[in-house]
This record gives sequence, C-alpha cells and structure tokens, in this order.
Amino acid sequence: MGNDLAVSVKGLRKAYGRTVAVDGLDLDVRRGEVFALLGPNGAGKTTTVEILEGYRKRDGGEVRVLDRDPAEPTADWRGRVGIVLQGTGEFEELTVGELVHHFAAFYPKPDDPDEVIARVGLTGKAKARTHGLSGGQKRRLDVALGIVGRPELLFLDEPTTGFDPEARREFWQLIRDLNAAGTTIMLTTHYLDEAEALAQRVGVIADGRLVEVAEPGRLGNRANAPATVSWRTPDGTVESKESDTPTALVSELAARFGGEVPGLTVTRPTLEDVYLRMIGAA
Amino acid sequence: MVVDLARRQGIVELKQFTRSREAVVFTMAFPIIMILIFASIFSDEIAPGVNYTQYFITGMIATGLMTVGFQSLAIQIPIERDKGVLKRYRGTPMPKWVYFAGKVLMVAGIGVVEVALLLAVSIGFFDLEPPASAAKWFTFAWVSILGLSACTLCGIAFSSVPRNARSATAVVTPVALVLQFISGVFFVFTDLPAWMQQVAAIFPLKWMCQGLRSVFLPDSFATVEPAGSWELGKVALILGAWCVLGLAICVRSFTWQNKYSR
Repeated sequence: MGNDLAVSVKGLRKAYGRTVAVDGLDLDVRRGEVFALLGPNGAGKTTTVEILEGYRKRDGGEVRVLDRDPAEPTADWRGRVGIVLQGTGEFEELTVGELVHHFAAFYPKPDDPDEVIARVGLTGKAKARTHGLSGGQKRRLDVALGIVGRPELLFLDEPTTGFDPEARREFWQLIRDLNAAGTTIMLTTHYLDEAEALAQRVGVIADGRLVEVAEPGRLGNRANAPATVSWRTPDGTVESKESDTPTALVSELAARFGGEVPGLTVTRPTLEDVYLRMIGAA
Repeated sequence: MVVDLARRQGIVELKQFTRSREAVVFTMAFPIIMILIFASIFSDEIAPGVNYTQYFITGMIATGLMTVGFQSLAIQIPIERDKGVLKRYRGTPMPKWVYFAGKVLMVAGIGVVEVALLLAVSIGFFDLEPPASAAKWFTFAWVSILGLSACTLCGIAFSSVPRNARSATAVVTPVALVLQFISGVFFVFTDLPAWMQQVAAIFPLKWMCQGLRSVFLPDSFATVEPAGSWELGKVALILGAWCVLGLAICVRSFTWQNKYSR
C-alpha cells in the first residue's frame, strides 16, 4: 500500500503555543514527481516540510515519508532522504571539497563527491573556503550536500530565494536533471514562476491548510476559466468580452472584419491572478 | 567503518579549529601569557624549596585543560547550534555519537599540544622540573586524561545552558573564571577561606590542580595541602564522578536545535 507515494500526509496539525501553524493539512507526493508547495511567508510551508524531514514534532495527523513515520527517523531512512534547508554557509572554515567529501562518508552508497561538485557547478571553487562563496554558490553547495548521498527523495526549502535571474535558471536546470535521474523532489517556494517552471503538481498552502493541488496549468481551474477576448472596434474604442468559447468568438469576429481583427488579444487568468485569489480567499 | 567516521569527524573538527585564528590564539596562547605575566611578577617562596611560580604553573596547566575541554566546547556548541550545523548533521545518517567523538578527538588533540607547549615554556623559562620518575609521569598522564575527560563531558553538558550563541561566552566565562580563583590557580589553595575551599572541592578544577602539584612539586609540599597529603585516590574518585555526571547530563539533555526550531 502507498508504494507509489513518497510522501503521504493526512490531517497534519502543529501549533506553537496558541499560534496554529499547520491546521489539518492533507498532502500526497508521488514517487518520481516534482511537487511544489507554494504559499506566502508564514503560511506553514517550512513547518510542514520540517515535520516531513523529521526535524519537528507534530501535534496530530498521519505522516508517512518513504513508508516511515519521520518522527522516528532511522539512519537508513535518513540515508534515503536528502535535505536542503533554508540556512546556508555554516561550515565557514572548511573548503567546498572537504565538506562534500566529508558528508559523502555519512552515506552507505554516496555519489562521487567530485562529480557532485561538478554537477552543481562548483568545480572551480572546490578548494575555496565556504565563507568566501556568494549566496548562489552557497546554495549550490547546500544542494551538493543534500544530494551526495543519492537520496530517493529530496526536500528543498525555498531554494532560490535571493538568486539573480540567471542563477535561478541554472538552479532550475539542476533540479530538472536530478528529477530526470529519478529523484522525487518536494520544494517549497513563494515564487509562482518557480513552481510553474519546475513542478508537475503544485499545492497551494495558506493559513496552514492546503487550498488546492493541481498541475500548474490547471490550478484554480485556470485551463477552463473563461477567456477574455478584446479587439478594437472601427470607431477606435476597445471592446472586451468574456467567453467560454473564445475560438468561436474569434472566428465570428474574423468573419465580421473580413480578415484580420484589429488589436486582437485572447487572455486567460494568469497563475498569479489565480494564486492571489486563492490565498486571499483562504 | 564507523570508527573511521569518528576519525574523519575529529579531523574535520581539528581543521576548523586550527583555521580559526582567534580560537587558536585564545585557547593556546592565553595560559602561556598568564604564566609569563604571573611568573614574572610573583616569585616568592611559598614553602621551603617551592616558589609561587611552580605552584602557579601547575594551576595553569590544569586551567589549560579546563579551557580546552570545558570552556571551548560550552561556547562552541551553542554557536554551532545557532548556525544550524547540528541541524544539518542531524539530517544525515551520521550516528549522533560521531559528533561527540569528533569533539572529543579535537579536544584531545588540542589538549596534548597545549600541555606540551605549557610544559616547554615552563621548563625552558621558569625552572619547572619535569616529572622525576616513571610513577610521576604516570600520575601526570592519568590526572590530565581524567581531568580533560571530565571537563569535556561537562562542557558538552553545559552547552545546553546558554540560550544562544551570543550569550554563550557571557554565561560560560564567569563560571570558568570563578573556578580558577577558588580552586588554587591564582592563590595558594590553603590560603583561601575555609568555606571557599569547601565550595571549590565540589568541582573538578581543584582536584586537577592538586593532582598536578603531586607531579611537579616536591613531596615535602604534600604536608601543606588541606589534608596533609596529595589525596590521589580522592582526585581519581571525584574526577571520575564528574565524568559520570557529565555523561549522564549529555545523554539526557543535549539539544540539537535551539528552542525556536523544534
């Protein structure tokens, strides 16, 4: 049972004093997929992920991660789960190479550390102390430490916060390569484009609950939402019309204008529109 | 395999220590500077054939062991806890005890170098006699090892007391300093008020000092000690008891994450 699920969560609850951080959250992550947990700051993303990683104790609910309860982690289970935390740059006096080699020794069947360093693009920095790395380089080092044990499941907590656009694109490619090689990935993010670019499924979390889970293109029933068609009328004003059948409307317009429709646009709600509506409504 | 892991962890810890210059200077040079200062100022005879310098140097060797074992760990571990180093280790399959083994190996490595340095300086510049017989060398070895073990375990145990990295130095340093004043490092122990002696006798440093005096001071000095003898059996007993107590507290109350992330 549940063998095709890497993560299964039912009714997860966690409170800090009187503040309820996670309030009855249900969630499944399938083996082999990239799942993004999307939500604003304070929605409960990190609390949820750290419970799944075995760092925090939950107050209630059922949780299985790789068929085990993360509240009672074993060394074997730890060896199958990779973790990239939010914090970075903690081993300041060691070099990139020393750190990755050291962490590789913790795992039963690690990857070649030098090859992992190359994969995250830090070969040129292998002999550099970690305190001299840039923010993006530190994050890639974090990933190297998270994947050197060849995990089946990799957690990434807000991996690209503070990255410049180019560094983000490179990072995304690294995640795609990992996933293509068979690693299940669960990432949290508050960037919509990141969730859309990487994830096969997105879960939107707000106020400690999962509001919706869907493919990025179908989130908030986006694919079926009415499209807005607008065009310029002969007297120069812009006219807009919501339609469930935009294609029919466009061909009708084309017939009416006898060819090109001036100023024609067809738009559906963006992911951002849908997302803002969901977290606002929650 | 697992032993190899502990060895690797010890090497990584030593690398980190030797590469942070302040830590090296503070831990290694501080006792030497203290010896240079005190031994240059005070050189009176405190008993026939024994001057203050010899007395003070044995106390500084004990202090050096306490600094390496207790002070450095009780300050360093809260810093690592705050920085998330412990959290990161916990996310790996590394057995917990490997972390402690690494610290112990680091402390042992620094301790050996530290004691050797102090001995070299003291013998070279301040006329300290090296241990005169195999029996004295043996006493020197077991008092140092047992004392360092007690301090190390207590240092790990005490590392749960400071709430965060910033308060660690402020919480730990006074404890160490007060112990130095009441345990017979700066002052001849028997010159201290009786109640102070009794308080000091609860803690390891007094017994480490006394055990080391039995190695470096003439046997005639034993009559000046509180009990009129070196009390080596009691030294072993009390240092051993602190090892057990420290270990028990470590096992029960060691925290891997600060309280805001549990």
